[in-house]
Amino acid sequence: MQNELSDVLNLFRLGDADAFEMLFHEHQRAVYVWILRIVRNPAAAEDLTIESFWRIHRAYARFEPERGFDGWARRIATRAALDWLRTQKQENELSSEVCAELAAPAEADPAVSAEIRLKIAQAFGRLPPKLRIAATLAVIEEQPQKDVAASLGISVAAVKLRVYRALRLLRKELERQGITP
Amino acid sequence: MNVDRMKKLLQQAVPPVKDELERDLWPAMLRRMDRTAAPAFGFNWAWFDAALAIGVATLAAFFPVSIPLLLYYL
Repeated sequence: MQNELSDVLNLFRLGDADAFEMLFHEHQRAVYVWILRIVRNPAAAEDLTIESFWRIHRAYARFEPERGFDGWARRIATRAALDWLRTQKQENELSSEVCAELAAPAEADPAVSAEIRLKIAQAFGRLPPKLRIAATLAVIEEQPQKDVAASLGISVAAVKLRVYRALRLLRKELERQGITP
Repeated sequence: MNVDRMKKLLQQAVPPVKDELERDLWPAMLRRMDRTAAPAFGFNWAWFDAALAIGVATLAAFFPVSIPLLLYYL
């Protein structure tokens, strides 16, 4: 089994189309979910999954089989998602999705009103994409910081710093709106 | 700043994603690959690559002092 996987990765490294198809089928769901966590828009996540695999397909010669496919694909997918976030109008991304879920979130604190949750979500949507990605993956999706760091191409310490800066900016924005977290 | 409190508020305001991929994206991937494999107007970037290579070679020939600089940026 391990040998088979290794063969597929080596064949992909040589530009083999069948190996690419096998890797696509094996990893499309994981790449899609990873991107969806970042962009929080299913239609965009599908398009970005295609875009990520297109970038993967073009970059086969730079692939290093010994380092594995998952991390490499996730890093390319994160970059594609970041490019997308930068092109989006900031507030639109979260508000519609969040509004639908705000009605009855699973573990909502009754002391925090739906209106405040909406304001937090909107303020979060206005954060710089680099900070928002780090906070989304590390705080909201609770992904291991090591994975977040690898996918962003930065150190774990840098992830922690970005998360801290995101939360600090968020708190400042909420305070500006008269909400004391 | 109470970081844990902010984290909790954020998790409540923006819940984690639970969706899964509902369809196979391979047909869409094939369409994307086909579209890019047949470039419009018979044009492709090999021309640009060739022009760039000629430009670099010309620069190196006329200004040999630029070679170390080019090598540095390779």
